[in-house]
Amino acid sequence: MSVESLTLTLVILTFAIYLYIGWRSKVKDTSNFFVAGKDIPAAANGAAIAADWMSAASFISMAGLISFLGYDGTIYLMGWTGGYVLLALLLAPYLRKFGRYTVPDFIGDRYYSNGARAVAAVATLFISLTYVAGQMRGVGIVFSRYLQVDIVVGVLIGMAIVAFFAVLGGMKGITWTQVVQYSILIVAFLIPAIAISFKLTGNPVPQLALTFSDIARELSILQVELGLKEYVAPFTDMSGLNVFAVTLALMIGTAGLPHVIIRFYTVKNVRAARWSAGWALLFIALLYTTAPAIGVFAKYNLINSFNDQSIEQVREEAWVTKWEETGLLTLEDKNGDGVLAFSSDAAANEVTIDPDIIVLSTPEVAELAPIVIALVAAGGLAAALSTASGLLLAMSSAVSHDIYYRIYRPNASEEQRLKIGRIMIFLAVIVAGYFGVNPPGFVGEVVAFAFGLAAASLFPAILLGIFDRRMNREGAIWGISIGLAFTVIMILLMRSPQVFGTETPVIESFFGINAQGIGVVGALLNFIISFIVSRRTAAPPEEIQQMVEDIRVPKVMDKTG
Amino acid sequence: MKETQQDLSYKQKEYWKKNTRLIRILLVIWALVSLVAAIILAKPLSEIQFFGVPLAFWFAQQGSIIIFLILTFYYAIRMDKLDKEYDVQEVILTEESSSKDKGVST
Repeated sequence: MSVESLTLTLVILTFAIYLYIGWRSKVKDTSNFFVAGKDIPAAANGAAIAADWMSAASFISMAGLISFLGYDGTIYLMGWTGGYVLLALLLAPYLRKFGRYTVPDFIGDRYYSNGARAVAAVATLFISLTYVAGQMRGVGIVFSRYLQVDIVVGVLIGMAIVAFFAVLGGMKGITWTQVVQYSILIVAFLIPAIAISFKLTGNPVPQLALTFSDIARELSILQVELGLKEYVAPFTDMSGLNVFAVTLALMIGTAGLPHVIIRFYTVKNVRAARWSAGWALLFIALLYTTAPAIGVFAKYNLINSFNDQSIEQVREEAWVTKWEETGLLTLEDKNGDGVLAFSSDAAANEVTIDPDIIVLSTPEVAELAPIVIALVAAGGLAAALSTASGLLLAMSSAVSHDIYYRIYRPNASEEQRLKIGRIMIFLAVIVAGYFGVNPPGFVGEVVAFAFGLAAASLFPAILLGIFDRRMNREGAIWGISIGLAFTVIMILLMRSPQVFGTETPVIESFFGINAQGIGVVGALLNFIISFIVSRRTAAPPEEIQQMVEDIRVPKVMDKTG
Repeated sequence: MKETQQDLSYKQKEYWKKNTRLIRILLVIWALVSLVAAIILAKPLSEIQFFGVPLAFWFAQQGSIIIFLILTFYYAIRMDKLDKEYDVQEVILTEESSSKDKGVST
């Protein structure tokens, strides 16, 4: 069987599994629809969180991105895992004890304000929407790259699949498909990683091979010889201050992302919420500790296969011509000596590698069977679809539960609420698909937006709501508003060329902190203003203070005494 | 009756105090292995070799994540013990959600 037909078979097979699970877990009430009946085992929820969290970008692009950033790639590695420690220790157990459906639920109830609820709902919508556009695009790209299908057709197929299991099964359908999707994506990621690790170092465990072999140092030396940066040295692309700010912003932002937080409502109890955070981090860490190893191995291997090699000879390798055709790899003998050379000088450099190649080409470079290449395609699709479905549910619940039911029509019946939930998730699929087909010009830039907004608005408000009993409505609303406004304005000013089409950014940075890291300053502002305003206004009502006491313990202590 | 209620709120406060103390300690470690070891002290720790890689690089791309993982599971285990000590474990969740779920799955 050719790679294409193998890929097609595997993709159809995995899609059939997703559809089957969606059909089996169709739901009839809002509790199942929004929070999977609060009955998901901790480990399964961990796997679902991991699939929810790891997108097409984590799967396809991250290892490549790290291999080009070198040491500074740590912003993604630590930023996107460190947030789970914050979730596990500071948010997840208490939100589960609170036990409703959404993030705006908590903010609205805790701050006894529908205004706060509406702001949180709009923030949830915006954060999820910016995120989901990229996911649908990812589905289209995987289709076009592996099956030579038009990107638009790929997006449409992806939309149809997600719509089916999300509309029918809500959170329940999404959760169980995510568990399967996690299994597929992690196997697809690890097999090529283990193979290339074994091939280059003789050690099959990529994490151990990275630490105990000399290959990272050799890559460093090789890069310096070629005039590229020293791989293992810190702060070669970014200032130390920016690495610090971006890492912290991604950590806090991760802990404030609504589609991740709502997953903690789906487990049985507080204990399961704590454990599922651990499981989630374990499943995520499997990929996130492997990615930097692949980054080093694949780059070392690529440099050695091209540098000082004759261009004719290199092109005899089938995978080289294949990736050249896609435009992700460019070989050009600029000085006409028939030999390829890397150079830090763009005019003399003869090999250009797109970061995505690091993961995509590894199975071929490591000479693995075609079935593994097919598996990587199925894994990329699983990663994109699982993240998209989680985001769609977050968007649907913000509109149908928070805005429609909690604010607009508190008397709505169970059937009406479920119906609106289904309609909203369907609409969300259409919107996401639209942006997948017509991506806004600044898709890459809006990711900074999603994390910045989550860090500056939702995270501080939830944290203070749990740990500061005295925090009141006025403090929260002022804190969120100013944190949000500051972050939005700063990102718009720094990204003005992409957003408004100005020639240069209105401002380069805020005291040296760039757009990706600005959420930290927004969060800090939120904390300070919340604190000051709350201490100068009336304390929250007695029953709210009692509620705070209640969510702090898994079970209220025996009342009979 | 009044006395037992005061005892209760005292016990609850004590539980919360022990919990927040544990959180503080774990968050200090969290910051030390990530923000401090891999970023603030990146330059000096790059001089120290840790097997095949500089120590700072190891913290930045492997160590911090592994320690995050240990911290999260350690917290879950310790809190299980604390819940038991203060008798606040949940046996089952609220009847509302468990009864709703019956007969819906599969």
